[in-house]
Amino acid sequence: MISLFSGASGVGTFPRGVHPPEAKEYSRAASIAVLSTPDQVQIALLQHTGAPAVPTVQPRTDVVMGDMLADGKGFISAAVHASISGKTAALGVTTLPNGRHVQTIPIKAATEQPYTDAALLAEILGGDWECDSAAFEPQAIRDACKAAGIVGQGGAAFPAHVKFSPPEGKPIDTVLVNGCECEPYLTADERLMIEAPAPILVGARLIARAVGASRVIVGIEDNKPEALERMRAAAADTDVEVMALRTKYPMGGEKQLIRAMVQRTVPTGGLPLAVGVVVTNVGTSAAVARAVLRGKPLTHRVITVTGAGIREPKNVLAPIGVSFAALIDFCGGFTEDAARVIAGGPMMGFALGSLEVPVTKGTSGITILTQTEVERAAETACIRCGRCVDVCPLGLVPTRIALAARHRNWEQAERHHIMACMECGCCAYTCPASIPLVQLIRSGKVQLIKRKS
Amino acid sequence: MVDKPKQDNEEAPKGSTAFLHVGSSPHLSNSRLTTQRMMIDVLIGLLPILVFAIVIFRWFAILQLGICTVSCIAFEALFSAWRGKPSPLWDMSATVTGVILGLSMPWSAPWYIGVIASGVAIGIGKIVYGGLGQNIFNPAMVGRAFVMISFPAAMGAAAYLDPDGTLKIVTQATPMSVARSSATPLWPLFLGTVNGSLGEVSTLAALIGGGYLCVRRSASYEIPVGILGTIFILGGIQNLLNPDSTFTVLHHLFGGPTMFGAFFIATDPVTSPVTRRGKWIYGVSIGLIIMLIRVFSGYPEGTMFAVLLMNGVVPLINRWAIPIPVGGPVPVRAQ
Repeated sequence: MISLFSGASGVGTFPRGVHPPEAKEYSRAASIAVLSTPDQVQIALLQHTGAPAVPTVQPRTDVVMGDMLADGKGFISAAVHASISGKTAALGVTTLPNGRHVQTIPIKAATEQPYTDAALLAEILGGDWECDSAAFEPQAIRDACKAAGIVGQGGAAFPAHVKFSPPEGKPIDTVLVNGCECEPYLTADERLMIEAPAPILVGARLIARAVGASRVIVGIEDNKPEALERMRAAAADTDVEVMALRTKYPMGGEKQLIRAMVQRTVPTGGLPLAVGVVVTNVGTSAAVARAVLRGKPLTHRVITVTGAGIREPKNVLAPIGVSFAALIDFCGGFTEDAARVIAGGPMMGFALGSLEVPVTKGTSGITILTQTEVERAAETACIRCGRCVDVCPLGLVPTRIALAARHRNWEQAERHHIMACMECGCCAYTCPASIPLVQLIRSGKVQLIKRKS
Repeated sequence: MVDKPKQDNEEAPKGSTAFLHVGSSPHLSNSRLTTQRMMIDVLIGLLPILVFAIVIFRWFAILQLGICTVSCIAFEALFSAWRGKPSPLWDMSATVTGVILGLSMPWSAPWYIGVIASGVAIGIGKIVYGGLGQNIFNPAMVGRAFVMISFPAAMGAAAYLDPDGTLKIVTQATPMSVARSSATPLWPLFLGTVNGSLGEVSTLAALIGGGYLCVRRSASYEIPVGILGTIFILGGIQNLLNPDSTFTVLHHLFGGPTMFGAFFIATDPVTSPVTRRGKWIYGVSIGLIIMLIRVFSGYPEGTMFAVLLMNGVVPLINRWAIPIPVGGPVPVRAQ
């Protein structure tokens, strides 16, 4: 069945949200470039939600690209693998952009690498992806994902094999493939959809098989016409639907996406499976295809390096564990006025304090902003204009929550549902008085959790 | 190795090469939308009304508006200096208060009334609460209520009479004060060639300017729609009960400061609720109180008192009208 718009029950948008400048033009046209093998990578043992992986190799072991370095511990965890060939070193420690201190396994690169440059690109995204998803048992698909250390590449980095194991009595009917990339600047997912639609679609069908869903829909914001066209062409002879969504931030947020695509509302504090949906990022989907069909682990990902602060914005296929510094170097280095380096996009990304930090499976991009771009006007008094209320995708009252958090008025913060906030930042982006609303709410949530424990 | 981005000298510790600016996301902000810009929007929205006031009342209008605006700005600067705070004049809120206050004055009011009203508006209406954003009551209305009660002769119905016939208006007394005996024709009432306070006469001008504000979201449409809708329904009922009355529901809507108040006074963001449901409650309540005052009280007009009364209830509305988040309240276990 060929279906484009037909059959999709969503309206293609969700209430409220904001329209920040898209700024995709920096890197949109740049084909995926392959990073030449770095001298060293640091594989973090905790790149995902859950428990850190436990090392399975000794220091000073020779490893080949794809070898497992550490295995997942417990159900919610994920294995990590060597992304280059070389010799491991003693465990190191690093601080990831999100502030987590984690252990790492460093690998010094060997002179001989199994794949480099064009061969690497072909190995990861090229080749024949024909398959009959019904031929794979759901458990086999989950096992392959687990063995490959696949985690969500969109943001939360939730282990895939866990996500694809719906509990008894919670039937999943739909798999939504998230190709929104609603963060300004980032174009990694867009390039992937343009250059490698086949593994994305195959991966999505395999995921549907694993969770028992009958329907697969790919959602793409309508500011990516080329990606839409390529994905539609690739999906033409399959039962996968491709749906154009209104360009709006945060369309790629799970709850917003589900609302826009299938008109269902995920309960606060609940997961998409509560409404019979599994959401997967396009990159994750391609990684699932590679893991299931070829038995290859997740060792590389596409990372956008972009912004007015970088000389040559690019979309880079890079090994997990390479340092941010190496990627910035590869893209020509900083411009004179570069001021802030962000892991991820400007709306929800983390500003880096150091560049000697490894990228992880969840790193979607590096955005380098200039001084003038990051300057905020001085904060003035709230005039209760309600703009934050008008844009909050979750229907909260950010100003009341933020000011309650600032004054440590926890009773008022909870009355206004502070814990329902997903920290998308629409409120702080919009506030005419430049009040750091989401920042106050974020720290308020942390303090509140501490108080309760 | 990579060159580090150039840093702000003030913040960069000397000799540190590993220093990068950090900050909590979002790293972008919408710089086109500021408090000042919203205030300028209000002034743009007031333009049609200003033009109309000047056409009808000529130099009386210019004088009155000038007195109120200059006084408000001067008082804001004075009181801020007194408090040892930097002057907040750049945010334009004192200018907006001054213009709205000027537009709510009768053309004949003597100069000192405008000055006193401005002083009360800025001083007691705003500064004593802690400045912009902290006040409970609409400053312009606080100033106007003060002089209206203090100087009944200069602010009452007599102030609007035009014994020399110098103005291009079709009535002597204001349409609202003669409402119980005779009705003004509707067309002049809509256009604004009637007597009244400077800014309240033209429904047409208020609709144009108010429409602009609502489109820009510098005023919330829920409030004027709530007010005018309630007046329309209640006035309509009254109309049906007294089919002979010449004062129709349209007189209620077009007459007096209904339109001006609904679009420019009640929508002051500081003194109105933040949530959508709150705004509806607030708008409908103001409409209700306006009709109560008009129909049952001794005052011919009640927009100012209705707004001030509801201003006082706004903190309560904000407390009650908390929207339920998308997906329902936070489950207790998730905390």
